Amino acid sequence: MHEMGIAQQLVQIALESIPKEIENPKVEKVNLRIGKLAAVVEHSLTFCFEIITKETPLETARLNIDVVPVMVHCKSCDKTWEVIGPVFKCPFCEDGDVEMLTGREIEIISLELAE
Amino acid sequence: MEINIQKRVLEANETEADINRKFFKEQNVFVLNMMSSPGSGKTELLCKSLKALMPKIRVGVIVGDICTRNDADRLEITGAKVTQINTDQFGGDCHLSASLILASAKELGCFDLDLLIVENIGNLVCPAEFDIGEDAKAVLLSVTEGEDKPLKYPLMFRVADVAILNKIDLLPYLDFDAKLAKDNMKQVHPHLPVFEISAKTGEGFEPWLEWLAMKVFEKTGK
Repeated sequence: MHEMGIAQQLVQIALESIPKEIENPKVEKVNLRIGKLAAVVEHSLTFCFEIITKETPLETARLNIDVVPVMVHCKSCDKTWEVIGPVFKCPFCEDGDVEMLTGREIEIISLELAE
Repeated sequence: MEINIQKRVLEANETEADINRKFFKEQNVFVLNMMSSPGSGKTELLCKSLKALMPKIRVGVIVGDICTRNDADRLEITGAKVTQINTDQFGGDCHLSASLILASAKELGCFDLDLLIVENIGNLVCPAEFDIGEDAKAVLLSVTEGEDKPLKYPLMFRVADVAILNKIDLLPYLDFDAKLAKDNMKQVHPHLPVFEISAKTGEGFEPWLEWLAMKVFEKTGK
């Protein structure tokens, strides 16, 4: 779906982050944080990433994805919990005035370069 | 060697969305991002809504599709200002990005509008991820799609500010359980306002139009 657009943004940020003074940089790993509720399919993202990184310093890089759980806070009873299924009603007080704390991240954390 | 980055991948779109928000505030126009799967009745809902709202509320529409300007042609009949975005020039994207919206909003001209509606590309997944600088997101679900869609596409129903259950005129002919569909929406988003309507017959339009007019008034004072 839109993983190609996400892969393009990701590659742009990654390439811009490599210091210019490094000769023939070779990235081994791209560390990402992706929330469980983010609309990103890992397989599609990897597929797109591989296509657009040919003949770049990212060509042999692996996407290392840290999946972020969906954490929710109830504004009524102040409890915090992890949402497993798509149910956002507070299991403690049954109220629905909740806010999402984590779970929508699509973040690039770091690059690991070959020595 | 590790290079620390710590950046949001969609930061470029988020920055564009903030520019849009500022522009829409200056123009004093309320922006509604309307999303649904293909064929759930967005265009018909808008045609009927525009006829009822105008001329009291001045409405413009940005329509997104991969191909054709069929929807724009249908909406123009209402007298609203309409502009069509076709994303096939941009690789057939499945959603509208913030930068496309700003260009279209400027082309349309927002100075004489109270309400700008963005009819997003038919898709329950991707548009939910992309902020376009809107004031509210609406999701439309039609009764021919299945009650479990909110559970299958939770992000869309979680980010929505209002939901519309459309095509209720078909309920007598279907096995669709409207209460279950609404319960599923409330599982994902407990305080989500849900309006049951038929864009074809006009049934249930009053509360939806009142909600929309109130939102426009709250932001613009118009």
